[in-house]
Amino acid sequence: MDYRKILSDHANVPGGLVEAFHAVQAELGYLPKEVVGEAAKVFNIPASEAYGVATFYSMFSVKSRGKNVIRLCESAPCHVAGAAEVVNALERELGVKMGESTPDGLFALEFTQCVGQCQATPVITINGKPYLDVKPAQIPSILSEYRK
Amino acid sequence: MAEELRIVLRNYGKIDPLKIDDYIAQGGYKALEKARTMDPKALIEEVKKSNLRGRGGAGFNCGQKWSFAYQAPGDEKYVVCNADEGEPGTYKDRLIMENDPHTLLEGMAICAYAIGAKKGYIYCRGEYPHVTKILKTAISQAKEKGVLGDFDIEVRMGAGAYVCGEETALIESLEGKRGEPRFKPPYPPSEGLWGKPTIVNNVETLANIPVIVEKGAEWFASIGVPSYPGTKVVTLTGDVNNRTFFEVPTNTTIREVIYKLGGGIPGGKKFKAVQIGGTSGAFIPESNLDTPIAFDNMAAIGATLGSGAVFVLDETRQIVDTVSQITKFFEHESCGKCAPCREGTARSAEIMEKINAGLGSQKDLNLLQKLGRVMSYSCLCGLGQAAMIPALSTIEHFRADYEAKFV
Repeated sequence: MDYRKILSDHANVPGGLVEAFHAVQAELGYLPKEVVGEAAKVFNIPASEAYGVATFYSMFSVKSRGKNVIRLCESAPCHVAGAAEVVNALERELGVKMGESTPDGLFALEFTQCVGQCQATPVITINGKPYLDVKPAQIPSILSEYRK
Repeated sequence: MAEELRIVLRNYGKIDPLKIDDYIAQGGYKALEKARTMDPKALIEEVKKSNLRGRGGAGFNCGQKWSFAYQAPGDEKYVVCNADEGEPGTYKDRLIMENDPHTLLEGMAICAYAIGAKKGYIYCRGEYPHVTKILKTAISQAKEKGVLGDFDIEVRMGAGAYVCGEETALIESLEGKRGEPRFKPPYPPSEGLWGKPTIVNNVETLANIPVIVEKGAEWFASIGVPSYPGTKVVTLTGDVNNRTFFEVPTNTTIREVIYKLGGGIPGGKKFKAVQIGGTSGAFIPESNLDTPIAFDNMAAIGATLGSGAVFVLDETRQIVDTVSQITKFFEHESCGKCAPCREGTARSAEIMEKINAGLGSQKDLNLLQKLGRVMSYSCLCGLGQAAMIPALSTIEHFRADYEAKFV
């Protein structure tokens, strides 16, 4: 769907800017510059304010990134459960560092804080879907689901 | 003691959360019906008398909060459910929403009737997309059945900001802005969402409401510790055999939670410390384990109950490394609005990293303590005020761990 349509659909929702950004990002994977500019017009706020909202929340990205967003929890319970080894396994498997995307555009690798699945640490999420009790050795098979 | 008592999780595993009829068959929405026969003032008095205190961490008397919004002039008022559960190690609100969404809706509807609100919002964290689906399904079922009457509830999704758990930051986010806390006063019950009187209550707080209305204030007030009655859902993480959740009366001690319910420390290792209430909580040494998991009892040992997260560390764990990780968390999550927090969290992360790398000295500990003191009273919101508690409490109770890392 055209991002202009998504934004205008939210124009009359009170406080709808965050919801609108969620909806556009679900479509495009991130919030390109022109989206933020158009949102400012639609919601009748300065572009700086729209940009401020787009960059405030960690789930929004104003930069293009890999299609499948892998987020690794670095909060204390995951930290002591061996999150660092999962980081190593992910970086090795994908050949990129945390915060980067793979050149083929398939994966983005990001840190996150607690995702609320602490009964089975360490935890990663891919496109919001949690993977629990993750062992470094499982990383290739988990990623293969998204390589098909 | 040390037995589970399920109030907010009373329907856990007993009903299909996606079927409103299951909830109704368990007596669901009866409390709302009863509440609507009561005078709002009497209803608020009943909630006040139950001495239910906020389960999000602040521990404010729920009925009293409601009375402020009730008294506030204006026709337009709001009920907001804080489902932005972001405190690391916590997933109690997710359990309630995943397994019994209608108890939350019923609690919100009772609050709405009490204060005179027609519109409610559930602000659910962006990390729980599946939960927002469950909530939306529940709301549409409730509308179809007509149980909510003229009270309308909308679900809004957060987008990954810990600070939005702070009620005024949450309100800002609901208004579509950056989630930065507001100056207080005014407090939300007098000026909240779009400047209107607003009640912001945590999921667990609201889930208690239907049961309190049904069984009465006296019944509730008699459970657990009198100054913080009822139950608390605790979530166990770290070095504990049963990494799971329990709902227990508030007179249950930390020791009982870890050793009886939690099954103790794995691998026959010894206990080192437990951090309660989430990542902003104090680290508690062995000598304080007989403290009940109630608000004032925890405060008396210089700790907090917070969200009820229980993060256990065994003797092999590096306290300084863990605290260093936690200070990074606060550096990341500080919203940047006020200087003491923006700068303080960054500097504390820097100093902790230095100590953790074996490059620190007594001078750095002194700096951390001074910084922590200043932040505790100069930061704008709870995030900055509490950010240094993990460092300060471990310097107090586990100083040797720091000294062992000195140059």
